[in-house]
Amino acid sequence: MNPTKTKRSKKAKSTKWNPNIVVFACNWCSYAGADTAGVSRIQHQPHFKMIRVMCSGRIQPGFVFKAFEKGADGVLVSGCHIGDCHYIFGNERALEQFDKTKNMVRLLGLEDGRLRLEWISAAEGARFAQVINEFTDQVRKLGPSPLNTDNRKR
Amino acid sequence: MKTTSTPELAEIAEKAKTWACYDCGKCTATCPIARVGGALSPRRQVLAANLGHREDIVNNNALFACLTCGLCSVRCPVGVVYGKLVQSLRQIAYHEGIEPECPHGGALQSMMRMMAKGKTKQDRLNWLTEDLKVQQKKGEVFYWTGCTMYYDAFFPDFNIATLDATRAAIRLLNRLGVTPVVSPDERCCGHDLLWNGDRENFELLARHNVKLVESSSAETLVVSCAECLRTWKIDYQPFFEGSPPKIMHITEFVAEHLDDLKFKANEEHTVTYQDPCRLGRHLGIYDPPRVLLEALPDINLVEMPRSGRNAICCAGGTWSNCDRYAKHIQVDRLREAKSTGAEYLVTACPKCQIHFACAMKDPNLHEEIEIPMRDIATVVAEALSG
Repeated sequence: MNPTKTKRSKKAKSTKWNPNIVVFACNWCSYAGADTAGVSRIQHQPHFKMIRVMCSGRIQPGFVFKAFEKGADGVLVSGCHIGDCHYIFGNERALEQFDKTKNMVRLLGLEDGRLRLEWISAAEGARFAQVINEFTDQVRKLGPSPLNTDNRKR
Repeated sequence: MKTTSTPELAEIAEKAKTWACYDCGKCTATCPIARVGGALSPRRQVLAANLGHREDIVNNNALFACLTCGLCSVRCPVGVVYGKLVQSLRQIAYHEGIEPECPHGGALQSMMRMMAKGKTKQDRLNWLTEDLKVQQKKGEVFYWTGCTMYYDAFFPDFNIATLDATRAAIRLLNRLGVTPVVSPDERCCGHDLLWNGDRENFELLARHNVKLVESSSAETLVVSCAECLRTWKIDYQPFFEGSPPKIMHITEFVAEHLDDLKFKANEEHTVTYQDPCRLGRHLGIYDPPRVLLEALPDINLVEMPRSGRNAICCAGGTWSNCDRYAKHIQVDRLREAKSTGAEYLVTACPKCQIHFACAMKDPNLHEEIEIPMRDIATVVAEALSG
């Protein structure tokens, strides 16, 4: 038996599985909140890819579905607190879109815990880190997405 | 202009019988998109296919502007199957990474592709009410629900309930003594993916669905949605291993057993009927819906000037044609429906309802084009006595 191979498989066993999370963040609050977490050197789990949009109102169901379709294990939608939207009511639109998205995801049979909506302001760096940690743990507990089959590259 | 004629294009052209074209231009003259100013010329595409000008047609927005409503094929004197040409060309385009622009950000296509992966357990039967008798695995009649539950969740602001028609269809079947099989494992039929060019995911869905219906040992498959019906009757045929069940639209099934139903007479209503393009021109089902409407004592059917073979499509097709031309067609069609004096517009496809409801949201035209819509199954089920 190849000794290095044994070693590698042992190592693989001990590493815990890390989810692949997509975070949608608005330019004015949540993305800046992530920045605040960064400049304040607040530690948080790194297993997410962040997509910046100008406003959370832009995050239509198609965005979230596309992430799940491509095998994301969790999707976090974030924006300014209600009342604080840079475009006055964009986050109210985001809420409407999110409700729709959630209903569709439920019909499809994906677990509710894989999708989450959070309002994070530009000042809330600590909260950003906390939300990311919580959500990552939550998705880790659910395990890999059933759609995470990586069967096409498109 | 490139003139690389690939064998695949020649093959497609042959199957669509484009060689028969004698350039009369009736197709373009009749095309609803061309008529309102859209840059679509079926004649030119057929000509390009014959000349082997692949680039001219594959990488061209006009390819996705087509509603695939089939009006041109009805007029064509030599029987060019334009729909087949478009379907095949879109597959080539898809392979080259060209996809239509979906007005919903690709949400519905994503849902279909996730269903094609099929790794999740869908919650698609939560709308069943206690009065509806269904069975889950085996039975003589399989009722195909289609994706109305998804549409209702996706278009909550349209004030339409396409699920009502699904429930009504089961109610009608129950009244005829049929307890249909309704399966939680049904998946999208893949109609839209096929017409968007994504044959790969379409085939995954087709194989699953055909297997599901075959395993129920049903002899008859009853379908409400006009698009699902087209897919089952035409596009799924190569996937059946044994002999396929009898595939019928709900109106065909009910019209066949019309003598077993009793209707009550309510207040009289004048209605008009929108022929869905898939049901009418694609499958030739014009009469059964009309037979049903005429059998109802309280319904008075008035036809629109353009009906039956000449009916104008709802211009929605495959979640890929939404633009100002589509809107123009929808508004025209709704004006036509209103001009008949009908109190409501009856249709037989959930997508007709969705797209007309969307057009009616225009704040400048509200009263001019607003007309209530009902699915034919709902209309018939509500007229049942007792």
